[in-house]
Amino acid sequence: MSYSDKVLDHYSNPRNVGSMDKASTDVGTGLVGAPECGDVMKLQIKVNRETNVIEDAKFKTFGCGSAIASSSLATEWVKGKTVDEALAIKNMDIVKELSLPPVKIHCSVLAEDAIRAAIGDWKKKQEVASPVAAEAK
Amino acid sequence: MSTDVKIPQANTQAHHPDAKGVKLPIYMDNHATTPMDPRVLEEMLPFFMEKFGNSASRNHSFGWAAEEGVETARERIAKLIGATTKEIIFTSGATESDNLAIKGVAEMYREKGNHIITAVTEHKAVLDTCKRLEKYGYRVTYMPVLKDGLIDLDDLKRAMDDKTILVSIMAANNEIGVLQPVAEIGKLCRERGVIFHTDATQYVGKVPTDVNKQNIDLMSISGHKMYGPKGVGALYVRRKNPRVQLSAIIDGGGHERGMRSGTLNVPGIVGLGKACAIAQEDLPQESCRLAGLRNRLRDRIMNRLDESYINGSMEHRLPGNLNISFAYVEGESLLMGINDIAVSSGSACTSATLEPSYVLKALGTGDDLAHSSIRFGIGRFNTEAEVDYVADRVIETVERLRELSPLYEMAKEGINLKDVKWAGEAH
Repeated sequence: MSYSDKVLDHYSNPRNVGSMDKASTDVGTGLVGAPECGDVMKLQIKVNRETNVIEDAKFKTFGCGSAIASSSLATEWVKGKTVDEALAIKNMDIVKELSLPPVKIHCSVLAEDAIRAAIGDWKKKQEVASPVAAEAK
Repeated sequence: MSTDVKIPQANTQAHHPDAKGVKLPIYMDNHATTPMDPRVLEEMLPFFMEKFGNSASRNHSFGWAAEEGVETARERIAKLIGATTKEIIFTSGATESDNLAIKGVAEMYREKGNHIITAVTEHKAVLDTCKRLEKYGYRVTYMPVLKDGLIDLDDLKRAMDDKTILVSIMAANNEIGVLQPVAEIGKLCRERGVIFHTDATQYVGKVPTDVNKQNIDLMSISGHKMYGPKGVGALYVRRKNPRVQLSAIIDGGGHERGMRSGTLNVPGIVGLGKACAIAQEDLPQESCRLAGLRNRLRDRIMNRLDESYINGSMEHRLPGNLNISFAYVEGESLLMGINDIAVSSGSACTSATLEPSYVLKALGTGDDLAHSSIRFGIGRFNTEAEVDYVADRVIETVERLRELSPLYEMAKEGINLKDVKWAGEAH
């Protein structure tokens, strides 16, 4: 069982590695997984509050090659999408793109969870900042 | 803050720029299996097409030639471990030897008792065999180990009762290389009339062995762990003081003194014998050489990488074994980054069952560090140049992966990871 080329590519040349300012109201942070499970993903998005477009995304992952590739791909995919479009990303899309074997499907699930968690965090911040405006969105 | 993270892709066909005369890929997983020593192959070859007889054919020269090969091998194995030739039984490998030893004693001594003692860190060949015996009504005690991987002899003493018929404790552990106090365990068993079996798969040929001095009654041996062929092994079965009897688990003709039926794998056995002869000759200096290389690997890595932890006792350890956990970095991703080097990991992601290493768990190592562990097995054909290359590639990859790691980032910010409420903790 050797790794798929796409997984190896993301692993060797991961896109968008890094961190954003967690405190900023434009930033949503998703932290999913647990060290005892061998998988932790942190995915951050920077959203333009006028357009709801995700302008930038960053990730850091503790996990196997497939986990790193899944989260790297996730940051690539969310960039340029609106928040609602990003919520439509399904883990099976990641599985297909990276040719993940059955035993690695859970990595894609975690990446999908990370996207949702980041968006959820950003949304919560918008509500806190301006409850009425947030509801209007 | 973005980092341009580019992990050097080692091309297995060409030489890595830093390779310095090292041939890639490097094999440093000698606990999984070993390459065959060319001298072993040479010894085996005549027995495939010229001396191809069945060693049980008593009436012609083809049989006699094969038998001679087998008996020479038997002597070589016996010599390596301080046994007599009548005490060596050939099997298909250490897994079968473990099965034969444990099931064979269990059935033979059923009237005497039904209690077996083993340890949580044993190989699955022992653990799964014991689990099966539990289904048949035997009682098995799985002894815990101390933090360094060793058995507590007082605990063992306390665990024995008047129904104990067998103690099975491995001489050297395949994951962490830890050496158990075999002679002391054997002495305890001898005093109480309990049979002592040791799975010596990783031990024989690497550490001086004497079944009498070490009070061993049954011992499993594997060919492919000592630069011999796969598919062949042996079981030492004591004949004197005390005499150990076994019920066979394979029936069909009564070969090997009724203990293991089936036509002998003559070429394989010849190979195993030669492997033992070579090991016997090389043992003292080879042991020193391996320990030197292993310590070099360890020091080179640990001097550069903080938060690296050795799993298992360094003092009581196989000379070629190293098992290190690199905090904040997951094992399979590390293996992917050093894809021109063959080693293995205790990470769940690398196991068929998606469970992290149960051996590391038994040491009390947290699951997160178990997921971050790498096992190195240095062997006869590894060189100093390879060790240096491996150390450097490991360091480079761990550093790169730590840059990618949210855990490392959190730790550097002063967050205690144990205090964090993880989203994934529910399971």
